Amino acid sequence: MKFGVIVFPGSNCDHDAWFAVNHNLGHPAEFIWHDSATLGDIDAVILPGGFAYGDYLRCGAIAKFSPVMAAVRKFAADGGLVLGICNGFQILVEAGLLPGALMRNRDLKFICREVRLRTETLDSAFTAAAERRQILRMPIAHGEGCYVADKRTLDELEAEDRIAFRYVDNPNGSMRDIAGILNAGRNVMGLMPHPERATEPLMGSSDGLVIFRSMLMAAVTAAEPVALRA
Amino acid sequence: MSTLAITPDLIAQHQLTEPEYRKIVEILGREPNYTELGVFSVMWSEHCSYKSSRLHLKKLPTRGKLVVQGPGENAGVVDIGGGYVIAFKIESHNHPSFIEPFQGAATGVGGILRDIFTMGARPIAVLDSLRFGPLDDPQAGPRNRRILQGVVAGIAHYGNCFGVPTVGGECIFEACYNGNPLVNVFALGVAKREDIFYASAAGVGNPVIYVGAKTGRDGIHGASMASAEFTEESKQKRPNVQVGDPFLEKLLLEACLEAMQTGAIIAIQDMGAAGLTCSTCEMGSRGGTGIEIELDWVPQRETGMTPYEIMLSESQERMLLVAAKGREDEVFRVFRKWGLDAVAIGTVTGDGLLRVKQHGRTVAEIPNRELADEAPLYDRPHRPRIGAERARGRAGEGAIPNAQDALMAVLGSADICSKRYIWEQYDYMVRTNTIAGPGADAAVVRIKETGVSVAMSLDGNSRYCCLSPREGAQLAVAECCRNLATVGAQPVAATNCLNFGNPERPEIMGQLVEAIEGMSEACRFFETPITGGNVSLYNETLGEGIWPTPVIGIVGLMQTAAPVTRDFKTAGRTIFVLGGVGECDEVHFGGTEYAKVILHELWGLPPALDMDHEKRVHDAMREIVAAGLAESAHDVSDGGLAVAVAECCMGSVGAALSFESRLRHEYLLFHEGPSRILISSAHPQAVEAIAARHGVRAERAGVTMNYALAVGIRGATVISVTIEDLKAIYEESLEKQLRS
Repeated sequence: MKFGVIVFPGSNCDHDAWFAVNHNLGHPAEFIWHDSATLGDIDAVILPGGFAYGDYLRCGAIAKFSPVMAAVRKFAADGGLVLGICNGFQILVEAGLLPGALMRNRDLKFICREVRLRTETLDSAFTAAAERRQILRMPIAHGEGCYVADKRTLDELEAEDRIAFRYVDNPNGSMRDIAGILNAGRNVMGLMPHPERATEPLMGSSDGLVIFRSMLMAAVTAAEPVALRA
Repeated sequence: MSTLAITPDLIAQHQLTEPEYRKIVEILGREPNYTELGVFSVMWSEHCSYKSSRLHLKKLPTRGKLVVQGPGENAGVVDIGGGYVIAFKIESHNHPSFIEPFQGAATGVGGILRDIFTMGARPIAVLDSLRFGPLDDPQAGPRNRRILQGVVAGIAHYGNCFGVPTVGGECIFEACYNGNPLVNVFALGVAKREDIFYASAAGVGNPVIYVGAKTGRDGIHGASMASAEFTEESKQKRPNVQVGDPFLEKLLLEACLEAMQTGAIIAIQDMGAAGLTCSTCEMGSRGGTGIEIELDWVPQRETGMTPYEIMLSESQERMLLVAAKGREDEVFRVFRKWGLDAVAIGTVTGDGLLRVKQHGRTVAEIPNRELADEAPLYDRPHRPRIGAERARGRAGEGAIPNAQDALMAVLGSADICSKRYIWEQYDYMVRTNTIAGPGADAAVVRIKETGVSVAMSLDGNSRYCCLSPREGAQLAVAECCRNLATVGAQPVAATNCLNFGNPERPEIMGQLVEAIEGMSEACRFFETPITGGNVSLYNETLGEGIWPTPVIGIVGLMQTAAPVTRDFKTAGRTIFVLGGVGECDEVHFGGTEYAKVILHELWGLPPALDMDHEKRVHDAMREIVAAGLAESAHDVSDGGLAVAVAECCMGSVGAALSFESRLRHEYLLFHEGPSRILISSAHPQAVEAIAARHGVRAERAGVTMNYALAVGIRGATVISVTIEDLKAIYEESLEKQLRS
């Protein structure tokens, strides 16, 4: 399986995502420069963390106009796997690929710490390898990770089982403890915590691999002839 | 403006003395014009020229078998094997951080990061040494709290956005920093050995290229501001503080590293203090060449700027480089990709002159070497401390609380308590190399390419240095090396930041000289050559100087592996004080945290240091770590044994300790004698065998246990407290003080 990692000006977890996939997951990954019109021959795309365009104006507000985002939209519409981590989540929300918004943390401060996430659904390409209600340990590192949406959207996310992860101890004031969500097609996920920072024991946790392994499973399933599927 | 008459008043405003001015006239063979006067004033400022300290800095050891580049470049460079090197340095941004805490600290981070990637190294770690006035000071408290919040937010803003992890540091509070907070930032980067770049202009006819942010009127005279005491008028200097843009710096980093790979770049230097002036004349001076620039070509974000303003601007996120003639386009292409300005503004010449033109007319012409290297050198009068030691004050026996109350008070004091509130605002793990982060004895960052990890620690104790600058500086080096040994690393090189008051006062100059000599001796002994650093003088406000505050940063190497950490892990392990519980008397107790927090006094001398013993403790410790015998390890320092043990209990495992010592209780529990490390181990005999081989005591102090910390002295329980209670005090104190 081949991953593409988008590099916006100001991305700074691009290399971490690349390393996690390439080195710790053992699958090839390549960088895709933000002004590229196409994604090339990849099976999944990662929008990494960082401060795309300095997060000026609003997190992700400028990045959504990068040429590559048109290709990402098309890739997602065609059912391709899109994972937005931290700033990548913010960009996906700004681009309209995921609902809601990410606001300043409740305490108005940047927070870097390990948190616990509860897996809320196994029905997605990003969580299928998890166990039911599995608790995953991975870090957060953001100043604007407080997830907000109107009540209808939140109800809809819950009704459609599109909340992928909730915080066990909500660090940033996110509504309904939301840490990560899925789109209606269940092939686009955004989350504020950093799974790529939890992919080997030296990092303090390997739980992030659950997400990447889920993506591998999904890709393998998608590659099988229809007749072989359950 | 260049025709402005040079009057004695104008010269004085530029903080140049009469003899200095005469030297300028001698160098030029004529009177300088206004622009030239400005150029000389910044290059010959204390901040840029080290004119008061240079004579003494020469005493520092700078060579070592791993040192690739010592002082004199943008950063020191050390070989870490496997074809890789690290570049690192510490710098102060004290004055700007007092005037405008957020931007002052932010641009402090930005400046040191540029020093690192100018060398071709990608920054992989930042540490900060911070000093503020007490948060609960009746008068200055609110301002001190505001300064701390601003400084921390500024460091977080810049480092987080740039994408460098802030992995450690220290934060101390003393009244002497009420009007002079200290912000010292250390940065470290990594590069392939052959990819290191230097700032030495070469090749007559080669283009001089300006890259990065446009030049504005910000920061003019920042270097001179940092070379004077604060007065009431200093508040008006807020416009002298620059505004940082970490996003632009991130682009500059990527563009510079990419452009360096083209092979078309010959030399590169960042524009930090003294901006375009410093970068042009220093690159020319190092290469023995001249540089000619045309100011009309300098990207400017304001109109009508004079040569004086352009040359002295300290606008951030700018670089100057020399490219190979004919290959400019390769450089321009890279910077265009990253959306940055890159413009040829001049050429390297053979005449050794810095020639500045505007609209085709020469507006300044100064010999590079004289400007950069011939700054006046002062052997300022210096006086050693009078009276060997301060006498103990009034506080009597009656004031001494029981050991447990004392522990809780010291553990909850601002110096000792957890700084989580600060470091959680820093992204300390971006780049996924942080193996030991904030809160550890030493920060450890792995080098993914080689399997080696770099351990780093910053240390400085101004209470000790106030009592004896020489011993205080030695103790800082010893503690720094001990911190590295505690995680299993071998110290290899150092950088220093010397924060002092006004050097024109003999007693201050005396502190500086003693501290440098002490540091020098210790660095020689521990084989940690100083590869660069920074001197910050005139840390005085309204005549009140800071205590001498030399800060040392030492880097060490170790094989990449999960490091030994502070917290006790398992109940039932044997606890050792490697190095023994030590000795103490009244004289050597006066600089401790106990004396500060409980007795509100400072007297006597710093703890006594035996460097030979200290080194043997480190060697033993490294061997214990290498053999996998230490389940936890923690350096005993500020707050002494009681605090060190309490800190080891912050996981979930406590300890039961008992001592037979005849020392007075507060001495035994709170003295800060060096050369001691707390270890818990499942293999006590093996630990003892190693210690014995190094001629070091491994004193059994007790065992780890669940839920609580209990300490007994000669059969009597003096401390018995649950881990919950310890944690509550330790973790919540700082935030409580900030919210008070």
